[in-house]
Amino acid sequence: MSEIASSAAPALPAAAEKLKFYGLWLAAAVALLLLPMIFTSGGSMTTFSLIGISIIFSLSYNILLGQTGMLSFGHAVYYGLGGFLVIHAINIIGANKLPIPLPLVPLIGALAGLFFAALLGWVSTQRSGTAFAMISLGVAELIASSALILRTFFGGEAGISANRTKLLKLFGWNFGPQIQIYYLVAAWMLIAVIAMYALTRTPLGRMCNAVRDNPERVQFVGYNPHVVRYLAFCFSGFFAGIAGGLAAINFEIANSAYLGTVQSGTVLFATYIGGVGFFIGPIVGAIFVTFLSLGLSDLTPVWQLYFGLIFIAVVVFAPGGITGLLMMHRPLLKAGTLTQMLPSYLIALVPTLAMIAGLILSIETIVHYTVNPGEDSHIKAFGVSFDAASPYVWAMAAVLLIGGFLVARKTWTLVGHAWDGATSVAREKGIAA
Amino acid sequence: MSAAIELRGVEKRFGDIAIIRNINLSVAKGERHALIGPNGAGKSTTFNLISGYMAPSSGSVLLDGEVISGLRPYQINRRGLSRSFQVTNVFANMSVWENLRCAVLWSTGQRYAFWKNIDNLPEVRERTAQILADISLTARRDVPAGLLTYAEQRALEIGITVAGRADVILLDEPTAGMSHAETERAVALIRRLTEGRTLLIVEHDMSVVFGLADRISVLVYGQIIASGTPEEIRGNPKVREAYLGEEAA
Repeated sequence: MSEIASSAAPALPAAAEKLKFYGLWLAAAVALLLLPMIFTSGGSMTTFSLIGISIIFSLSYNILLGQTGMLSFGHAVYYGLGGFLVIHAINIIGANKLPIPLPLVPLIGALAGLFFAALLGWVSTQRSGTAFAMISLGVAELIASSALILRTFFGGEAGISANRTKLLKLFGWNFGPQIQIYYLVAAWMLIAVIAMYALTRTPLGRMCNAVRDNPERVQFVGYNPHVVRYLAFCFSGFFAGIAGGLAAINFEIANSAYLGTVQSGTVLFATYIGGVGFFIGPIVGAIFVTFLSLGLSDLTPVWQLYFGLIFIAVVVFAPGGITGLLMMHRPLLKAGTLTQMLPSYLIALVPTLAMIAGLILSIETIVHYTVNPGEDSHIKAFGVSFDAASPYVWAMAAVLLIGGFLVARKTWTLVGHAWDGATSVAREKGIAA
Repeated sequence: MSAAIELRGVEKRFGDIAIIRNINLSVAKGERHALIGPNGAGKSTTFNLISGYMAPSSGSVLLDGEVISGLRPYQINRRGLSRSFQVTNVFANMSVWENLRCAVLWSTGQRYAFWKNIDNLPEVRERTAQILADISLTARRDVPAGLLTYAEQRALEIGITVAGRADVILLDEPTAGMSHAETERAVALIRRLTEGRTLLIVEHDMSVVFGLADRISVLVYGQIIASGTPEEIRGNPKVREAYLGEEAA
């Protein structure tokens, strides 16, 4: 390589950077190991297990959406089929006393996901965009409705259950207690996350990005975009199968809900809210959405409505998701101008929160009158009791909503100005914003 | 010796309308051949037919003596033919480095590998760095392609086209929309990067055409009306009438 050319290549990571990189994964492993010692309750073990499963599933979905540019409405098919195969496998292994311990069983889910993705994906990955989205929806509906018809395999409405503790014991663990399941999920999650991260750093991973950006041009650098999409789809199915298998082990049951459109929608939701543009985005989204769905359902009966509103807000105001929002601030952090933003953020926060409070008050009042108008008007939402029949509450909702909106709009222009100032300083310092 | 590119009786019809009417064209190995003609003559369509973006309605296209018409664009590319686009066609969200690296991957035999770390491929790295230096975008290496200036994007477009080391290069109006100085730089770049290769170029700027090309073909209404050296084309009355005369008038 000539002198000029070698200086043109980006520097290979130094030993210190490599150490930092591997240290990060090691720190994650240690954190997963220690988590149950900080949060000891059984409830938090269940929550963490669900988050771990959701992280694998969301990351597998982002192989399609964020990395290869394919919008799927039926990703739960591979999650669900992985789950069903795992349940059947546990029953078969248990009945025949096969020497297969539970920690290896999620692999059966992975292979099931891979098999069905390989089978169903060849046609749908011919095209991306609308054609792919529509086919994915059609396949999802087909599989979900078969789940109710093919009773011997899917178990109809009730689903199929299994007993995970009947398998070969490993180091005295029978995987009955939730904490053992937590460790099983955590280990698989770490393996799956590392594998999916590594995948982004391979020739195939980079060509996935190229297909996302410009499938036409990919053909003229020697690659068949259909094959790239198909392979991405197979990998995505494989990891979704792991997630589904772990879910089946966690609940000891698989039913038609695993395969349904709600499940497919939830993973789209979590991935998008987290942010499709960064590898860590779906992880953030999975954590956020799992907490939200567990927390919100205790606070209000119409929690799904709030889910929808949050989704719309993210699509409209923060298409990069939570991670995109945070990453926008990185140049400011480097330039040291982040503190310039804080006052305007705090000013904008007050009327925005007022507006949201007004919105919640209005929604809960309307829900009371439309869903159960005959009942007592003293209702409780988000831990706050109020009288939905009181004109004062109505007036307050209106004032908060409209007043909050009018003031918030002004303060957001203030944020905009502060942003322009902070980024231009960053740009002058040579940091790309 | 067979020609690098040969078109035999190529036609392209959209419904009843024939865009390309019976083109016969031969580009010898190592030759720099320019395709000129008025707007709408079918120059870009000819490129699309050669590169596999479209299949001809009749006739055949040969690359090194083998029929390639009917093959898919990636199959033709793997046989050593690479093209650029009139409208910049890059990977907009990826950095300049990633753009060039993707263009290098197939020709270094990486195929669809998902078991290799992309940063651990010395040949890929070396060749990407070489192209990056060749197109003088080293300083813009980590910038997303979509944020480059127009002239930089055109340089990247050429870089992606030649990165796979194809023997036959098709460039579709590489200097369109460039200033005089930018055009000069682009021509020097093209001359350097296509050294020892076959080049077929569509170009509107006559100073570029007559300065660069060994041979010129003139396309008017989907037909080649003349082929020859720059001197022959300049002296050809049919060409003057149909095309150059228009320009002069």
